[in-house]
Amino acid sequence: MDVPRKKSTPARKAASRHKTGPVVLTKCPTGITGLDQITNGGLPRGRPTLVCGGSGSGKTLLAMEFIVRGAIEHGDPGVFMSFEEGAEELAQNVASLGFDLHDLIARKLLVVDYVAIERSEIEETGEYDLEGLFVRLGLAIDAIGAKRVALDTIEALFAALPNTGILRAELRRLFHWLKNRGMTAVVTGERGEASLTRHGLEEYVSDCVILLDQRVVEEVATRRLRIVKYRGSAHGTNEFPFLIDETGFAVQPVTGIVLDYKAPADHASTGVPQLDQMLGGKGYYRGGSMLISGGIGTGKTSLAMSFVDAACRRGERCLYFAFEESPDQIVRNMASIGLDLGRWINKGLLMIHSARPVIFGLEAHLRLIRRLVDEFQPQIVAFDPISAVEAAGSYVSVRATLMLLVDYLKSRHVTTLFTSLTESGGPSETSEVGISSLIDTWIMVRNLELAGERTRGLYVLKARGMAHSNQVREFLLTDHGIDLIDVYVGPAGILTGSAKATQELQDKAAAEFREREAERKRLVLENKQRALEAHIAELRAEFESERREVEDSITQEHSEMETTLAGRSAAGKKRGGGRTGPGDKKRRSRK
Amino acid sequence: MKQPQHDLPTTASAKKAEWELRLYVAGQTPHSLAAVDNLRKICEEHLAGKYHIEVVDLLVNPQLSRDDQIIALPTLVRKLPPPLRKIIGDLSDTERVLVGLQLRAGKRS
Repeated sequence: MDVPRKKSTPARKAASRHKTGPVVLTKCPTGITGLDQITNGGLPRGRPTLVCGGSGSGKTLLAMEFIVRGAIEHGDPGVFMSFEEGAEELAQNVASLGFDLHDLIARKLLVVDYVAIERSEIEETGEYDLEGLFVRLGLAIDAIGAKRVALDTIEALFAALPNTGILRAELRRLFHWLKNRGMTAVVTGERGEASLTRHGLEEYVSDCVILLDQRVVEEVATRRLRIVKYRGSAHGTNEFPFLIDETGFAVQPVTGIVLDYKAPADHASTGVPQLDQMLGGKGYYRGGSMLISGGIGTGKTSLAMSFVDAACRRGERCLYFAFEESPDQIVRNMASIGLDLGRWINKGLLMIHSARPVIFGLEAHLRLIRRLVDEFQPQIVAFDPISAVEAAGSYVSVRATLMLLVDYLKSRHVTTLFTSLTESGGPSETSEVGISSLIDTWIMVRNLELAGERTRGLYVLKARGMAHSNQVREFLLTDHGIDLIDVYVGPAGILTGSAKATQELQDKAAAEFREREAERKRLVLENKQRALEAHIAELRAEFESERREVEDSITQEHSEMETTLAGRSAAGKKRGGGRTGPGDKKRRSRK
Repeated sequence: MKQPQHDLPTTASAKKAEWELRLYVAGQTPHSLAAVDNLRKICEEHLAGKYHIEVVDLLVNPQLSRDDQIIALPTLVRKLPPPLRKIIGDLSDTERVLVGLQLRAGKRS
């Protein structure tokens, strides 16, 4: 026996301390999406990592992916020792994820060793050890020069071997042995009631502990992953949602997604010329994400379908996920606004996929979406409505899923179109499943209720990288498609529909009335002027007659005086005077 | 490590043996030696003349560990008569060995 039987804990710790020493802990990338990001590079190299979780939480898959990806992506041969499932069973289970275990085995990159222990066959008598397991593991490791080992799940031994005292000592020895051989190991363990694992494996494997959890909140199952402990390394401490999709395990470090996709700069028409005008005159950016949100019956689907129709006219392929209507129903309904979608379906340009999101979990949906996108290779993918997906998961997981989805589609330069139902009365800008930050172009359609009539108002809430209009337009669904018209903006706010028409008539009447009023006032003034002028003329005439009268009287008086003077002078001559008489003075004073 | 033993002397040849037993060990540890001793004693006492014992040392033939799904050592496997039975440990508890070999009615036989 070249392996020490038992090793006291301090000695073990000293050994591991010696191993790391001043050298920084090296990491062993798992190749699992997201996990390497939150662990800053992978699992601790040359050490065992404990993965614990309840049944169905994905422990086996994590362990298998660690081995398979290690073999495929990093050329590290690996041993998968299973205590629960046979080699053939395992191969079948992961075949759906695209892993060909037989091929890896043939290429000497993988050994799958199934340890079957039948409790009923076994009788215990006296002392024993687990050297048989060591021999098997050593044999498998040596056969391919393995660098990675997975033990899934070693706790099965506790069920088979009643003597836990021996078992614990032997497990301690096993992990030490693995460390000594420099194996990066993943050990799985069933979640226990009070401890992380049912049999306290965390006592032996203490370098890195990852906890998987599948919990059901409001009837919706969500998978979470948390790194409980990672000795000698910084790591993400949050619970990270993860999915198991057709590429395997995918942890979603929400904040860690690298935003490095290329952004196409060309535009495409929305199919509504007026809307293109509102979006800087050119339409939307290809490869961007769009959201049409609005209340019930605001025409979101019609608007989305108009986008799709325009794309199909250009010969582009569209994939439409309808979460609330059947393809037939959509085609029929869209015919009523003049969109003939049937021809695009027949031409193979449009695919409508209908399914209620609550039937499957989120990850099943994501898997389906990815598969269809890969098969159909569309330029536009529409989700109608994305708010229906809300019912399929918690806020955080839906948000994470959508983020993953949008990033996935953006990286393929696929234009994403979402519609979202906003609850009436709720704050319209917060209820969009928290995806608003993922959206490049956001069009809001609102019900406007006015004067006993409901009309639709459309505006562009946000359009990244575009000089977009801030105007509200009235949104009409006509039998020849969608029409946007200017709304009436007046002192009482915006008016649409017949209220707008009424208002316009009222305005016209008011204008006419004002015109008539002005005319009337002008006439009154004219009359006044005329009256004034007449009055002036009258006064003038009166004055004239008075003046004449006065002048006449003066003349008369004058002549009378002349006559008197003449008479007096004649009388003075008669009296013999030649002097000026009082008659001269009198005339002067009167003048 | 000394050269491991392969076949122990038996009282009957392999062809005629009603009882075919295989004992897995790893090297000559006290456990393995005790197990071999204990097994011989029990067989002589209860199965004289109708048994065959094969001792397999996994340090020499590690690939054999897979055939009988050996984890614990030492393990005694009853190949014949069927059904297959496994007894792990140094076989020091004779009563339990007999129960395990189904030579005596036990709680599980």
